[in-house]
Amino acid sequence: MKKEYVITLCDGPTCMRNRSKELESVIQQELQRHDLQEERVRIMLSGCLGMCSKGPVMIINPGYTIYGKVAEKDIPEIIQQHILKNQPVARLAIQEDHLYNRFFRIFGDVKFFGKQMRIALRNCGIIDPEKIDDYLSVRGYEALAKVLTEITPQEVIGVVKKSGLRGRGGAGFPTGLKWELTAKEQSDEKFVICNADEGDPGAFMDRSTIEGDPHTVLEGMCIGGYAIGAKKGIIYIRAEYPLAIDRIKKAIAAAYENGFLGANILDSNFSFDIEIRLGAGAFVCGEETALIHSIEGSRGMPRPRPPYPSVAGLFGKPTLINNVETWANIPVIILDGADWFSSIGTEKSKGTKVFALAGKINNTGLVEVPMGTTLREMIYDIGEGIPNGKKFKAVQTGGPSGGCLSEEYLDTPIDYESLAKVGSIMGSGGMIVIDEDSCMVNMAKFFLEFTQNESCGKCTPCREGTKRMLEILTRISAGKGVPADLDKLERLGTMIKKASLCGLGQSAPNPVLSTLKNFRDEYEEHILKKHCRAHVCKQLFNYEIVDKCVGCGACKKVCPTEAISGELKQQHVITQSKCIQCGNCFKACKFEAIKKV
Amino acid sequence: MAKDITIYINGKPYKTTDDLTIMQAADNLGFRIPRLCYHPQLSIEGACRVCIVEVEGMRNYCASCAYPVSEGMKIHTDTKELRRARRDIVELILDNHPLDCHTCERDSNCELQRLAHSMGIRKRHFEGEAKHYEKDLSSTSVVRDPNKCILCGRCVRVCSEVQRVNALGHAYRGFKTVVMPAYNAPFSETVCTACGQCINVCPTAAFVEKNHTQELFEKLNDPDLIKIAQIAPSVRAAIGEAFGLPAGRQMEQETVAALRRLGFDYVFDTQFSADLTIMEEASEFLERLQGKGKLPMITSCSSAWMKCVEQFYPDLLPNVSTCKSPMSMMSAVIKTYFADKIKKDPKKILSVAVMCCTAKKYEAVRPELMVDGLQSTDLVVTTREVAWMMKSAGIDLVHIKGEKFDEPMGLSSGAGAIFGATGGVMEAAIRTAYELYTGETLLDIEINDIRGLAGIKEGRLMIDGKEIRVAVAHGLGNAYELLSAVRKDPGRYHFIEIMGCPGGCVGGGGQPYAGINSIPLDAECLKRRAEALYGIDRNKTIRRSHENPDIQRIYKEFLGRPLSAVSHKLLHTHYSAKEPLGIIPAEIQAR
Repeated sequence: MKKEYVITLCDGPTCMRNRSKELESVIQQELQRHDLQEERVRIMLSGCLGMCSKGPVMIINPGYTIYGKVAEKDIPEIIQQHILKNQPVARLAIQEDHLYNRFFRIFGDVKFFGKQMRIALRNCGIIDPEKIDDYLSVRGYEALAKVLTEITPQEVIGVVKKSGLRGRGGAGFPTGLKWELTAKEQSDEKFVICNADEGDPGAFMDRSTIEGDPHTVLEGMCIGGYAIGAKKGIIYIRAEYPLAIDRIKKAIAAAYENGFLGANILDSNFSFDIEIRLGAGAFVCGEETALIHSIEGSRGMPRPRPPYPSVAGLFGKPTLINNVETWANIPVIILDGADWFSSIGTEKSKGTKVFALAGKINNTGLVEVPMGTTLREMIYDIGEGIPNGKKFKAVQTGGPSGGCLSEEYLDTPIDYESLAKVGSIMGSGGMIVIDEDSCMVNMAKFFLEFTQNESCGKCTPCREGTKRMLEILTRISAGKGVPADLDKLERLGTMIKKASLCGLGQSAPNPVLSTLKNFRDEYEEHILKKHCRAHVCKQLFNYEIVDKCVGCGACKKVCPTEAISGELKQQHVITQSKCIQCGNCFKACKFEAIKKV
Repeated sequence: MAKDITIYINGKPYKTTDDLTIMQAADNLGFRIPRLCYHPQLSIEGACRVCIVEVEGMRNYCASCAYPVSEGMKIHTDTKELRRARRDIVELILDNHPLDCHTCERDSNCELQRLAHSMGIRKRHFEGEAKHYEKDLSSTSVVRDPNKCILCGRCVRVCSEVQRVNALGHAYRGFKTVVMPAYNAPFSETVCTACGQCINVCPTAAFVEKNHTQELFEKLNDPDLIKIAQIAPSVRAAIGEAFGLPAGRQMEQETVAALRRLGFDYVFDTQFSADLTIMEEASEFLERLQGKGKLPMITSCSSAWMKCVEQFYPDLLPNVSTCKSPMSMMSAVIKTYFADKIKKDPKKILSVAVMCCTAKKYEAVRPELMVDGLQSTDLVVTTREVAWMMKSAGIDLVHIKGEKFDEPMGLSSGAGAIFGATGGVMEAAIRTAYELYTGETLLDIEINDIRGLAGIKEGRLMIDGKEIRVAVAHGLGNAYELLSAVRKDPGRYHFIEIMGCPGGCVGGGGQPYAGINSIPLDAECLKRRAEALYGIDRNKTIRRSHENPDIQRIYKEFLGRPLSAVSHKLLHTHYSAKEPLGIIPAEIQAR
C-alpha cells in the first residue's frame, strides 16, 4: 500500500542536541494512539538539513511542510491536524520557505541550476502552464487574494517600493515609484500594460515566462491594477510568439472562469479585465511610448517625454507599463515580503535578473541569477566556459545595443549601475559570449546594422547617424578605413547617445563605442595593417596553402577564379591577385593544408 | 496657474513662468534656439533634435521644444560640445539631401538652407549613401519629392492635426524611412484634398505645387489665343510678401498691371464672380429656407472642402450648395458671356486663374465643371507661381503703377473682397440674402461674430422675424468638428460656411512661403492678410453684391435672374460621393 505521509526528522548534530530523537518516539506513540499504521506514515531520519538555527526540524511530505523548533508538546497537534485532517499547522511551519524553493527541490542538484536563483521563472518547468490548478497548487493567486483582502492599494505600493524592484525591461526605473506616480494621477480611466514585445535578437526570457507560467503575469498585473486604480490591462505581445500567445489566452480564459479576472474578483470590489494586443515585430515597439502608439493603432514611434505614461499614456490616460519579468516578480514580493526580496542582490539592484545566455559558451540558455553575480560566475560557473578550448574575448550584455566587455571586466557584478559604469547596459537581459574567432569590428557592425534597420526613423541622430557609423564600419572591415574614421565613429557615437529621442538611439552606439574603447587595437589593425586577426573580415586576410598539402587537387577543382595552381601530388599555390576569398578551397581541403593568414 | 520661477541660461538668471517649455521660455528671453521640426500650431514631434540644449543634471541633451522649465533649472544653449552636436545633426540631414540648391524651387527660401548656413557647416565629414526615390507627379496640385524630405513630419502633422485628412504617414524604418500616403499610392488616388498645407509647412521642397508656369509662359506667347486672367481676392493680399513687402499690403492694381505686362489681354476680378456667387447662393439659401431643399446649406466655394465632403461626408452632399466656386463661375461666363461680347470662339480663349490655392488646380480639371464639353478654366497658377513668373519676366511689382481691371467683369463689391477671409462668404451672403428676403437693406453689415481666427464661429440674426443660425469653420479639422455636431443635431444651423484652409483663402496652399522672420501658418500673418481684404471692403462704396453694377448688368444682359436656366447651366454643378484609398474610419478619425 502506498504511503500517505513521510515524516522526515533531521538528525544532524544540532537537531539531535535539540532532542529530535525524543521527538521520534513521541511521534510513534501518537501514531499508535491514532491507530495509524506504519504502512500509511513513514518516519524517516535524514542527515543534516542545514537549517540548524531552526532545529529540531521536521518535514512532512507531500506538501513539503517544514516545521521548525518542534517541541514534544506540539506533536499531538501536528498529528491531529496535519496527518489526520491534512491541514498543516501554520503556527509551527517555517515561514521562510520561499516560493522559489520548489524549483530547486526538483532541479537544484544540476550544476547549471544550482548557482541560479529562480524567482521570476520559479514555476517554469514545474507546473503545467495550461492548468490553472497547477498554478494554484504553488500558491498561485494567493498574493492577489492577500492584497484584495488584507492590504490597501497604498500599502501594496509601499511593499513594491520597499522591495527595491526595478524595471526589468532594461532602463531599471524603480517599479514602486512608477506605481506611485501612476496611482497619484486623478483620472476616470487608467490602464495597466504588460510589455511582452521582446525584441532583442536571442532574448527569450519574456517568451519563456509566459509560456511556462502565464498566470504569474496575470496575477502581477491584477495586483498592479488594484494598486493604481486601473480596471483594464493590456498585454502587448509580439505576434511571432504563437505558443506564448496561445498560453496567455488560455490563462486569461481560465482566470475569468475561476474568478481571478472580471467583475468583483474574489468577491471583492475590485474588477479587472485583461486583453491582448499583438505587435508586428518592430524592435522599437518595446519602447513604452512607441508601444502605446502601436496599441492606439498608430505607427510605433516614440514621442518625447514628459509627459510620461504615468501621466498621459494609452489614449492619454495614466498608464502603468511594466515588462513581463517585472510583473512575474510581483506575486513573490507580496507573498514573501519586501524585506526578503530586498535581501537579495546588491545595494541598488535588488532581486534577480533573467538572462538569455548565448554565443560561444558551453551552457547556453535561460539563467536567473541574483543581482551582483559577476560576469565570471555567469560565464564560467553557470555557463561552464567557452567550448572547444577557445579563448574568451568579450561578453556583450543587454542585447544589440549593449556594450562589449573585455576580459578585464569579468569581475564586474551584474547590476544596473556597475554595467552602466563600464559602458554597457543591463538591457532586457541578453548576454552573448564572444570568443577569439570573432572580430570585434564585425561584431559592432552586426549589432549596428540591426539597430539601424530597426530605428523608427523619427529622429535624425538615430536614423542618419547610425547609418553613417555603419558605413564607416563597413569601410573599415573592407580594408578601406583611414585613421580619422575612428574619431568620426566616436564623435558620431557620442552625439547619437546624447541627442537621440528614445532609448533605442541613446544606446545604439554602445557596441561601437565599447569595442572602440576595449578593443581599439583590433580597429587599428584593420585600418593600419589591413589585417583581421580573427580572420572574419574577408578582405583582410589571405588563404595560403602550407606544406601539409598532399597535392590532391580538391582545392583547385572548387576554385571559381582559377587562382590555385600546382601539379598533382605536389604542393599547390594560391595566386593572391586572383583569389576572391570565397573560402571554397578552405572547405574542400581534407588535410588542413589551407590556412587563413 | 503658472508660477513665476527663475531659470539660468548660460549662467545668467532669468525670470520666467513654469508653464513654458525651455524653447518658449528662451524665445521670450531673446534666445532663439535653432529648430527645424517644431511648429507652434502642431503637436511636438521632437524628431529633428536641432533644438537640443544642455540641462545640468541631465545625462543626455534635452529637446528644448518638448521639455518644460522648472525652478532653478540650469540651461546651456551654446556650449562648445553642444554647438558641435547640433552642427553634426544638421550635417547628417544635409548628407541625405540632394545638393541641388541652385536648381531647387526653394533656393533662397528654404529653411534647411538657412539653418545649415547658421550652423556654419562649411565642410562635410560624414557623407555617404543618399536616398533616391521617384517623384510623385500624379496629383493635379501637389508634387511629392521624397528625396528632398528631411522627415521633420510637419506635413504629416498638418494633414492629420489641422486638416484631419490623414493622407500622409511615415513608412518603413531606419534609413529607409519615408513619408508617403498609405500603400504608397499615387497622390491622385488618395484622400489628399489638394489643400496644399503640406507645401506651406514643408521646410524644404519635398512638397511643392504642380508647376504650370512654363506652360503658361508658352501659351502667353501664342498669338492665336485671347489670354484672360482672373485674380482671387487673397492673391492681392499676399503677393507683396513674395517681393519682400510686409504681410497685409494689398497689391490689387499693381497685380493687374503686372499681369498685363506678362502678356494677358484681359484681367478680370474673381471678386466680381464672388458677387455672382453670392447672388446665386443667397437665392439658393432662400429657396431652401422656404422648404425647397435641405438645411443647413453648406457653402461650396472651397475646392479642397469639396473633395473632402465627397469622400468623408457623402451623407451631407444634399446639404451642399450647388453653386460653383467664384473661379469656375468666372471661367464659365468668360467662355460664354464674354466670348460672345468680343465675338471670339471660346476655344480660342485661354482662361487663367491666379489663385491662392493649390486645390483650384484640381477643381479646374473636374469634369462636372465643363461647359459645352469645354474645360472652362484652362490653367491655374498660384500666388507663388505668378510671383515667380513676374520676377522671371523682370516685372517690378513693387514699383509698378497700378491699373484697373477690365470691363465688364472688373467691378466688385466689398462683399466679394472679403471672400478670401474665413467668415467672408457668410457675411457677404447675409448682406444680400437679408435684402432679397426682406426687401430692406441690412445696415449693420460688419458681422464681427464670424470674423477672426477662432476655429468655429457662430452667429445668429433675425430675418423677417425668423432667427437664422449660421456657423463658420476654416481648416478641414475644424470643419470635422463642426459637421460632427451637425450630424448629431441637423437642425442646429441654417447656413454653414466652410473653407478648407486655416484662415480661409488667405491661408491657402498657394500663398507665398514664410520669410526669414516668420513661420508658416502664422496667425499674425493670416490676420494681416485678412485685414487687407476687410480694408478693401471698408473703402468701397458698394459693399453688397447685388448693388454691383456689373452684376446687375450680367443678369440683365445674359443670365436673367438668379437660379435661372442659364444660371443653372453655367453657374451650378453637382457633386458625388468618392471612395479614394486611405479613408480613415470615423471612429478613428474621432480621436
